[in-house]
Amino acid sequence: MAQLTYHQVDSDILRAMQAPGWRYYTLLSIDLIVVAWGIFAWRYTVQHGLGVWGLTHPVMWAMDITNFVFWVGIAHSGTLISAILYLFRVRWRASIYRTAEAVTVFALFTAGLFPIIHLGRPWVFHWLLPYSQFGGLWVNFRSPLVWDVFAVMTYMIISVLFFFTGLVPDMAVVRNRTSGWRQKIYAFMAQGWQGTDRQWRHYKAAYVFLAALATPLVISVHSVVSWDFAQSVVAGWHSTIFAPYFVAGAIHSGLAMVITLLIPLRRIYRLDAYITQQHLENLAKLIILTGLIVGYAYAVETYIAWYSNNVPEWQRFTYQVTGEYAIPFWIMILFNSLVPLLFFVKRIRTSTPWLFAIAILINIGMWMERFVIIVTGLAHEYDPYSWGVFIPTWVDISITLGAFAWFFLWFLLFIKFLPVISIVEVKEELPPPTRSQNGEE
Amino acid sequence: MAKNKVADSLTGLVGTFFHLDSLLQAIEQLRQAGYRDLQSFSPVPHHNIDATLEKPPSPVRYFTLAGCLLGAATGLTLTIATSLHYPLITGGKPIVSIPPFLVIVFELTILFGGLLTLGGMLFNSRLPKVNIGPAYNPRFSEDQFGLWVRCEQKDHETVTTLLKSAGAEEIIPAGQGREL
Repeated sequence: MAQLTYHQVDSDILRAMQAPGWRYYTLLSIDLIVVAWGIFAWRYTVQHGLGVWGLTHPVMWAMDITNFVFWVGIAHSGTLISAILYLFRVRWRASIYRTAEAVTVFALFTAGLFPIIHLGRPWVFHWLLPYSQFGGLWVNFRSPLVWDVFAVMTYMIISVLFFFTGLVPDMAVVRNRTSGWRQKIYAFMAQGWQGTDRQWRHYKAAYVFLAALATPLVISVHSVVSWDFAQSVVAGWHSTIFAPYFVAGAIHSGLAMVITLLIPLRRIYRLDAYITQQHLENLAKLIILTGLIVGYAYAVETYIAWYSNNVPEWQRFTYQVTGEYAIPFWIMILFNSLVPLLFFVKRIRTSTPWLFAIAILINIGMWMERFVIIVTGLAHEYDPYSWGVFIPTWVDISITLGAFAWFFLWFLLFIKFLPVISIVEVKEELPPPTRSQNGEE
Repeated sequence: MAKNKVADSLTGLVGTFFHLDSLLQAIEQLRQAGYRDLQSFSPVPHHNIDATLEKPPSPVRYFTLAGCLLGAATGLTLTIATSLHYPLITGGKPIVSIPPFLVIVFELTILFGGLLTLGGMLFNSRLPKVNIGPAYNPRFSEDQFGLWVRCEQKDHETVTTLLKSAGAEEIIPAGQGREL
């Protein structure tokens, strides 16, 4: 990136925000149709009750909670790239962090829908909030489900703050280049930013602290989500490995989602000078790390199920491996822990088609992981009398597809309304213009 | 440029620079000449600008600390007080069960810390700002640097010479407010 000038950075990055062509509108229309179909399925659920889902005793948590856990997990890599790598002064994060952070925010918008959808009576969702309810009753702070409300809402608020704080200086650039009503909106988002030494000083200080707060937060969030399961006494859920296992899995799936989105983004908007092969390769290396942790967690789970000599634990495990959900289980093992090992081969991790294909497989594998954990845990609990099988209905599947479309809808709008790469952070990585390099200017 | 009395009393000059080292040189020369009320504009933050201007560290960290402490206190109060207010034993656990409450305390520590960090940044950098001062040039957000110097009318010539000698490309009078 050393040859780029500040002026060129502005032009290149803002080019993605130009008026879209027919391809964009086609994609947007298809996406909106799927979102509308998902909303219809939700409306159908509200009208007829949760009975229209495949839920059957004892599997009372299934697709909906799977989607919740999956999307909260997707959010995690964004904070890893934007906050954790920032604290470690990893320079290559500069040109991909905006997209990753956007993935975080939109994934949380998607995840946040599911607890509300799962209520069945979404209009009373405020019962989840801590306030004095009937007769002075408050929420039960000993319940992991209440921790979840606090963790996910804190994560959403902090991520949105972090995202918009990072955008402020970039909004000033966009403000100066637009006119009319657009300029008014961007001027509002820039908050009167002028780039004075005073503003930069406080901005940089605030940014470091937000990153430092987001880092332990992101680890806490999927730990708390995992405790929704681990704090219960269900065989296969009640395990101390759940928190690190969920956090590693979350980052694993999130990195795969970031790669899935970055590859088309860089191709379509010709951002190769900013999002280089090196960036994708570094993400692939991180995936090797998280994939190994996830693989290790699978191995430990298996070992403990056997070593514990606990009959329900072991029967649940054998059911998971050979029962009705054996296919999702083996997809999970294959796609999450074995396929990513291919990234050890340099030829594969530097090849865009391979990267894209493997990233998609990991996305599928991680969704399956959430499904396998939740559904097989419940389907074979302690009492054989009450074993049952969950089969998704068209409503379950429609809401799931609608959620994916909802996420991509936000992402499509983001591409056109905000700079997909942080202009300021890319400029910071360039050598500042000095008199000695006047010839190049 | 000046539109009112306050602005009249705060006249100044703003120099535009194409290069970072010219800006730093100008800051040094002006400070040596006794002009201490300076305000730089730059498209990117740079530690040399802060170092040359000799600015103290940002006080935003105290806001963060205050927010975190406030969050932790809120978390403890909320969980303990509400449990005591409606003392219903669940699962045979004590009414005040500290370990599960710590999860709430932790989340609120982060939440309040983050909110006050943002508040501290806005407060200290005097944002949001509705009107942008006349010293600002859109190119300061793109690829140029600016330096606003507070000086009276009679000093304009001296300051202009100093800015020129450091390599300013353009110098215009601008009654920038003291707090940008």
